[in-house]
Amino acid sequence: MLLQQIVNGLALGAVYALIALGYTMVYGILELINFAHGEIYMIGAYLGILLLTFFTTVGLTQNHLALSLVLVFVVTAVYCAGYGLTLERVAYRPLRHANRLSPLISAIGVSIFLQNYVMLAQGSTDKVFPHVLTSEPITLLGVPVSPLQIFIILTSIVLMTGLHLFVKKTRLGKAMRATAQDKRMAGLVGIDINRVIAITFVIGSILAAAAGVMVAIYYGLVNFFIGYVAGIKAFTAAVLGGIGNIPGAMLGGFILGLVESLGASYISSEYKDVFAFLILIVVLILRPSGLLGEKISEKV
Amino acid sequence: MNLSLKLLPLTGLSVWIALLVLPFVGVRRAALIGAAILFGGLFWSAAIRVSRAAQRSPRVGTLWDETGEFFRAIGRWRPAARLRVFLFGIVTAFFMAGPLGMNNYMIDVLTLAGIYVVLALGLNIVVGMAGLLDLGYISFYAIGAYSYALLSTRLGISFWAALPVGGLAAAAFGVALGVITLRLRGDYLAIVTLGFIQIVHLVLNNWDRVTNGPNGILNIGRPALGSFVFSRPIHFYYLILAIAGLTILAVNRLNRSRIGRAWIAIREDEVAAQAMGVDTTRLKILAFALGAFWAGIAGVFFAGKFAFVSPESFTFFESVIVLSMVVLGGMGSIPGVVLGALIVVILPEALRGFAGYRMLIFGAALVLMMIFRPQGLIGNPRRRIELRPQGEDLKTRGRSSANGGADV
Repeated sequence: MLLQQIVNGLALGAVYALIALGYTMVYGILELINFAHGEIYMIGAYLGILLLTFFTTVGLTQNHLALSLVLVFVVTAVYCAGYGLTLERVAYRPLRHANRLSPLISAIGVSIFLQNYVMLAQGSTDKVFPHVLTSEPITLLGVPVSPLQIFIILTSIVLMTGLHLFVKKTRLGKAMRATAQDKRMAGLVGIDINRVIAITFVIGSILAAAAGVMVAIYYGLVNFFIGYVAGIKAFTAAVLGGIGNIPGAMLGGFILGLVESLGASYISSEYKDVFAFLILIVVLILRPSGLLGEKISEKV
Repeated sequence: MNLSLKLLPLTGLSVWIALLVLPFVGVRRAALIGAAILFGGLFWSAAIRVSRAAQRSPRVGTLWDETGEFFRAIGRWRPAARLRVFLFGIVTAFFMAGPLGMNNYMIDVLTLAGIYVVLALGLNIVVGMAGLLDLGYISFYAIGAYSYALLSTRLGISFWAALPVGGLAAAAFGVALGVITLRLRGDYLAIVTLGFIQIVHLVLNNWDRVTNGPNGILNIGRPALGSFVFSRPIHFYYLILAIAGLTILAVNRLNRSRIGRAWIAIREDEVAAQAMGVDTTRLKILAFALGAFWAGIAGVFFAGKFAFVSPESFTFFESVIVLSMVVLGGMGSIPGVVLGALIVVILPEALRGFAGYRMLIFGAALVLMMIFRPQGLIGNPRRRIELRPQGEDLKTRGRSSANGGADV
């Protein structure tokens, strides 16, 4: 029971962590809460279901499961990257030098827009995918575990490791870190800030797309408002770990997933969302910079 | 600039958007959307060209800049002092007497607008004046509404006694939340207040013994004066009109007081304000408390008017709606905020035919507003004189000196 809840929590946490990375990277560079990021995840989940349904009707899923899954991931990632890019270009770039509230409200506007766009295009009822991917639970340490959960946890760990290496080892990653530290200075040493910011949005969107597709496969069901709750939770995870800090977002995501899953099964399932926010508030009061965040003095 | 140069980015944009929406709307509608963007863009560009030619003013640059200039030009219009008094008189007379000739539906819409005017003015204290982004503002509204609901159904306390109690209860929660959270920087404050509204919503939904869960509380007592009981829509309309009038007066006084100035100082530069001897923590908590107080009052009225409260009415989304009223109208500007509340409530009712599209339009309008007119429909005049946004500063200064400095 306990072990099973831990696996549930880790799978949930992996999804939160993937979305949280998008929040934390954008915040690290632009100091902006990208409220619309949850909608990118929702769009990813929707596309996942739409593509799976499409591939099933043309018969690809039945014959080449692995190929069709790879295709779903790739196409969704490309699309979500497109949405992320457009979002940045239209709603955030013109506001880069505005006061702090403007981009935030613009982000809320985009979020409302995207939710209603998907609702108008696809209807407000749940979009269901007939489960062709169900498989026998495998037994791990004496506990029955769904292979999909293992798949979610492993995929997200691979993606996160990839991101970590990208940020730490590549030239572009270095440019991103420099931009996060000081945009102006980074610009002066020849880094194309606009390009770095666009790439940040692309990477964040791809991770959200992966999270969306995995959730779509796991639950086989999406709705136009799933992005809102997931977005808030993921942002909570990012703040918990220390916003702007990439390993922090991963840690925060897993902690949040575990707290929710254990809290729901051992304390009260109705109040499971309350635990997440209470933890957030307690952490912010005791350690405002988050678990792994460095203490930053305010810029004057 | 010739047409082909402009056609290229527009075509690119429309193809790009059409591709993005393709999997969601299908081929036919994607093509329609792409075409709409292309022709809409061409039409807009032609319209701006014509208006520029008519004004004999020089072109400012790309279509994007031109659009920005178009909206700024609208915003530069200021009615003369005498016209303003006249407009104020007309508007006041309309709200005093107009509803007498309306049907109940229209009166109910105006009453709802009145509730939102009070809410938006309260939030304006927190966001517009003190510059604290509170995304959980509706939780104070909920506290006011549930205070009266419980006081009335459990203890039989009258509306008038509950009015201050609801306001003060909300203010107390505001102080409590403020003490905990105001040490945090702006964005963290936003997220904690967002967490707070979620917690309040969940508690209202699940604490069945007190709040009756999702079913809400029924049969809340109606307000009464002696033997006169408020029952018809028009009664409630005049009640909320009085409350809103009182709120406007109070907020106006605050705005011009020492406290109001201190809030504006905090909003513009907290460190500098602190250095000038402003007790920032105390004033920020005060802003939270006063904002919450008005939300509590609005909540008590809400419970009295509908005689029913349920958690449904108090969501994060409502908070966003009230925030958008403040932003749309003009942060820190009292007439602006009132106008914003009226527009956001009344416009969707007027646009019933577009029911499905109105939130879509609303979202897009928020984005466009932030890009082209961040100060809102009626910007705060004091702010415009004292503190111009830096980006706009250079451009407008150059232009206003060119046409004789007619801007300010």
